[in-house]
Amino acid sequence: MANIENLLTIKNLHTSFRIKDTYYDAVENISINLNKNEILAIVGESGCGKSTLATSIVGLHDPINTKITGEILYKDLNLAAISESKFNDVRGNDIGMIFQDPLSALNPLVRIGEQISESLVYHTKFTKEQRKERVIELLNQVGIPNPERVVRQFPHQLSGGMRQRVMIAIAIACKPAIIVADEPTTALDVTIQAQILDLLKELQAETKSGIILITHDLGVVAEIADRVAVMYAGQVIEEAPVEELFNNPKHPYTRSLLNSIPQMNSENEKLQVIQGLVPSLKNLPREGCRFSSRVPWLDANTHEVNPVLHEVSPGHFVRCTCWKHFDFESAEGGN
Amino acid sequence: MWKTIIRRILIMIPQLFVLSLLIFIMAKFMPGDPFTGLVTPDTDPNRIEELRIQAGFYDPWYEQYYRWITNALQGEFGDSYSFQVKVSTLIGERGLNTLWLSLLSVTLLYAIAIPLGIIAGRYQNSLPDKLIVLYSFISYAIPTFVLALIFLFLFGYQYPIFPTSGTVDVQYDPGTWGYFWSKVYHLLLPAITYAILGTTTIIQYLRTEIIDAKRMDYVKTARSKGIPISKVYTKHIFRNSLLPIAAFFGFTITGLLGGSVFIETIFGFPGMGQLFINAISARDYSVITALVMLFGFLTLVGSLLSDIIMSIVDPRIRIE
Repeated sequence: MANIENLLTIKNLHTSFRIKDTYYDAVENISINLNKNEILAIVGESGCGKSTLATSIVGLHDPINTKITGEILYKDLNLAAISESKFNDVRGNDIGMIFQDPLSALNPLVRIGEQISESLVYHTKFTKEQRKERVIELLNQVGIPNPERVVRQFPHQLSGGMRQRVMIAIAIACKPAIIVADEPTTALDVTIQAQILDLLKELQAETKSGIILITHDLGVVAEIADRVAVMYAGQVIEEAPVEELFNNPKHPYTRSLLNSIPQMNSENEKLQVIQGLVPSLKNLPREGCRFSSRVPWLDANTHEVNPVLHEVSPGHFVRCTCWKHFDFESAEGGN
Repeated sequence: MWKTIIRRILIMIPQLFVLSLLIFIMAKFMPGDPFTGLVTPDTDPNRIEELRIQAGFYDPWYEQYYRWITNALQGEFGDSYSFQVKVSTLIGERGLNTLWLSLLSVTLLYAIAIPLGIIAGRYQNSLPDKLIVLYSFISYAIPTFVLALIFLFLFGYQYPIFPTSGTVDVQYDPGTWGYFWSKVYHLLLPAITYAILGTTTIIQYLRTEIIDAKRMDYVKTARSKGIPISKVYTKHIFRNSLLPIAAFFGFTITGLLGGSVFIETIFGFPGMGQLFINAISARDYSVITALVMLFGFLTLVGSLLSDIIMSIVDPRIRIE
């Protein structure tokens, strides 16, 4: 990454959902940026708000029950406050999205070729023949054999890996600057996962686009990401370049996550887990360190009253001060 | 696919054979015989006995069945006692009336129900949606004969906009435009009644399907492509939501050929439903057996038709 060029800047983003008549923040005050030619991974367990964040960037939330405040800056646009029709010029054209389950994300009644060329109809001035050519070119690009036949097929006639390749072809059809991939490998089996990750990496190297990769799989992160943001309970609690994060994790949550990956060569037969549960959206404490309930043995005054991100080394940010007092020995003692 | 269709048609033969046996046996168990209706106080009982022997009434049942089925296969169901015409002529005439009524009814039905279902599903919980749901509950709660009688009273008697019975005015000659319009005019009131009563199911089905489809992942994908929302609806939501309705279509078509007993009786419309009721009250066995046979056949054809339609509209379904 010789010349860092900013693509997307998110500033103080709140995404809140309505439950009865109150709005609850599922994404709380997130500020993060995506650079050109970079894969930014956002990790966290289920319910931490990572998919909500992804959906906010692409603007796919239901406007009736969702409120988005803050800024999502792309070029000279604020995507958080743009009209639906203007957003349609950006979606698919400048931002492509890849979904988790490629079977349900493709319309079962529409032929593959048509599903891919659909966005070309609205974002390019291609003629029908040019669109056809482009679809074949895209299918070749994502490594689908015999594309002339596949364009006439339906999603159920393809395997899971092939479907995800089609999804990727849809996302990159208009050569977007940003690709948002929401758990692109979760629904696939392990060998296919590796192929899809390789493909994403390859495409990214070719197009120099920025990828936001949402995942809960730290293996995927290590494999492909350049920079990582760890989310817990709607907040980013640690952000660092990928090597720094794996070699030198700071926040108790990040460390517990890494510690809970089962090791083949470990003598300890017991699976390492994090105590307690993620609080639900409604019961989330809105003050203090969100992780404090999961590390009850840490003294209250080790946490900050209003935890903020601190830069501990260049590009490495950690929320709260509790990490200075956390170690696994004291955790064992606390049990 | 053609192979499967032909096989399905071949399977119908034994099914129809069993049906014909059941119908024949039931008809034999029923009281009375063709000559009961001809008896007058001065008929000689011996003469009737003679006629019975002549007609083969005392032959073994299988011989009688054989005679009936071989004739039936040639489209010959005997004479109707109450109408004094051939059963095939009678059914042909009434069937044609019912066919026209059905076509108009179904056209009106879909023309009313599909737009309403789409509006209700797309704008869920809006005022139009609430009104449509209210309408469909009311139309579901009203029994057929009540609505038919109300319409007949209102539009046939109180404000005589429509004729109250028959299929065509007598002064027109067949083949002229006047004849045609007179026919359509006579069909309108019963067809509207039928259509209004049938809309509930289709509206509710379509509404729920659209509400479900809206939350589907492939709709999210479509929106992530930056397609205008109206296009997302026409291309990705409505099409998928119409599948279950297409699945019923075959049954709807053939089911309608059976006619509607209530509507035809109340509107004095000489169709299949009315014929069936009249035949039953007149113990006109040759008509009843022929009609039941025909209804059974239509049901089988309807299910085959539905399967064929499904395999055309849904690429995931292949009939093999």
